[in-house]
Amino acid sequence: MDKFIYVDNAATTRLKPEVLDEMMPYLTEEYGNPSSIYKYANNSKIAIDCAREKIAKAFNAEPKEIIFTSGASEADNWAIKGIAYSLRKKGNHIITTKIEHHAVLHTTEFLEKQGYEVTYLDVDENGLISLEQLEAAITDKTILISVIFANNEIGTIQPIKEIGEIAKKHGIYFHTDAVQAVGNVEIDVKDMNIDLMSLTAHKVYGPKGVGALYVKKGVKLYPFIHGGGQEKGRRAGTENVAGIVGFGKAIELATTSIAEKVKKISELRDLYIDTVLKEIPYVRLNGHRTQRLCNNANVSFRYIEGEALLLMLDMAGICASSGSACTSGSLDPSHVLLAIGLPHEIAHGSLRISFGDFNTKDEVYYIVEKLKGIVSRLREMSPLYENVERK
Amino acid sequence: MYSEKVMDHFANPRNVGEIENADAVGEVGNAKCGDIMKIYMDIEDGVIKDVKFKTFGCGAAIATSSMATELVKGKKVDEALEITNKAVIDALDGLPPAKIHCSVLAEEAIKAAIIDYYKKNGLDTSAITGCTGCCSGCHSCSESEEK
Repeated sequence: MDKFIYVDNAATTRLKPEVLDEMMPYLTEEYGNPSSIYKYANNSKIAIDCAREKIAKAFNAEPKEIIFTSGASEADNWAIKGIAYSLRKKGNHIITTKIEHHAVLHTTEFLEKQGYEVTYLDVDENGLISLEQLEAAITDKTILISVIFANNEIGTIQPIKEIGEIAKKHGIYFHTDAVQAVGNVEIDVKDMNIDLMSLTAHKVYGPKGVGALYVKKGVKLYPFIHGGGQEKGRRAGTENVAGIVGFGKAIELATTSIAEKVKKISELRDLYIDTVLKEIPYVRLNGHRTQRLCNNANVSFRYIEGEALLLMLDMAGICASSGSACTSGSLDPSHVLLAIGLPHEIAHGSLRISFGDFNTKDEVYYIVEKLKGIVSRLREMSPLYENVERK
Repeated sequence: MYSEKVMDHFANPRNVGEIENADAVGEVGNAKCGDIMKIYMDIEDGVIKDVKFKTFGCGAAIATSSMATELVKGKKVDEALEITNKAVIDALDGLPPAKIHCSVLAEEAIKAAIIDYYKKNGLDTSAITGCTGCCSGCHSCSESEEK
């Protein structure tokens, strides 16, 4: 078989067989609608409740605080628009950061057009926000603080508990998109004072198309999808039963013995980062060296462009991603890389490798070996490299 | 996403390199936008005898550069001036819409090289139209020309 190395686990992950096994009955014989009255449909309803309990338990939440959605983009949209609309009379100011996922940024931009005011906090060169700046940005009109738990591109983990404390002190709701953090960081919504949290299944070896919003008891939130009475009238639409069951199992697996997994995967990450930085010249690591997700490695190779790099890696059987403009579908490179202060030309040459449960050290060696050749080949083609000292 | 021809020219680009003391050198685009093309030509009796390129950019930028050098090689200078970005796209069996600007860049690189040749030889360049220093479709060009 051709070489196939999947190191784009921050984009999505492979469904684990044990997750699929739990889902299968609900894709086959257990097709009852959970809202139906007859006994046959009861199993579907029980399955959803069971998944809800597993997910709640994983984050020290109550089951009724977990509301299923189509994924994290819906959860982000709902959390932000929901709070904005519910608290319109109280205020119109939202605080977020420059390194959020587009599901947050495009939502706040949408709200800006409707008269809301949004503060986008800067981050330092490692991608961390400043707690002082956060507190200074709060006004008597502030109704929501939304900060990504761990960044999807550079892996930087924010001081979530401290942000939660500031939000609580000022009586402001705190939302976090925790998609990338789940399974990599211990999350306790009570301890961290999180009021709303977006989750998804497909980043933790679960199915695509299912996620959840954690809504702390007492938080008033307008429904986002109107219709039937599902999810206690808070989110209409017949439940994605198999997806929810898979989500529950995936979260259960991902949040069991996190420390052990973090140790194993950060070993791969560190091996990769250390070897690349040592063996390839003109490379920089993007994001925080230690306060980062155990699976994330984002580096920039100077004088070359990311999409060309990805295409050549693909030819070598390696699936990865980049923050270059050509891969973002716009003319600018990743907003996250620009926010940490990278010049455009260095952001264009970024490569994100995100490891997962299925990766091995041999794969890391193979990737680095291929990268050496590819980077050098592209540099030999690059006019920017003409007058650069060869190392 | 890319045609087989594009992938072929990306994976095995033709005419990569530099020409020392070239008769013509054209460079377009900028690093900020993520693509720079530099084309070198040796021109004898008005015919492009040899051509080389260096490109910083995505797969399409490399493939269009490679194809552009193939299209001009052996052509008369005035024939080379007539090569449009459309000709480059057609020769590559098409480009995705987001990558059309790469073909424009290739056309501009050829023109920039020929303008350089005209200037070196004291010829009038006013007949050559089109932007020659900009990467096209890139809003950043006006802000910065830094390389």
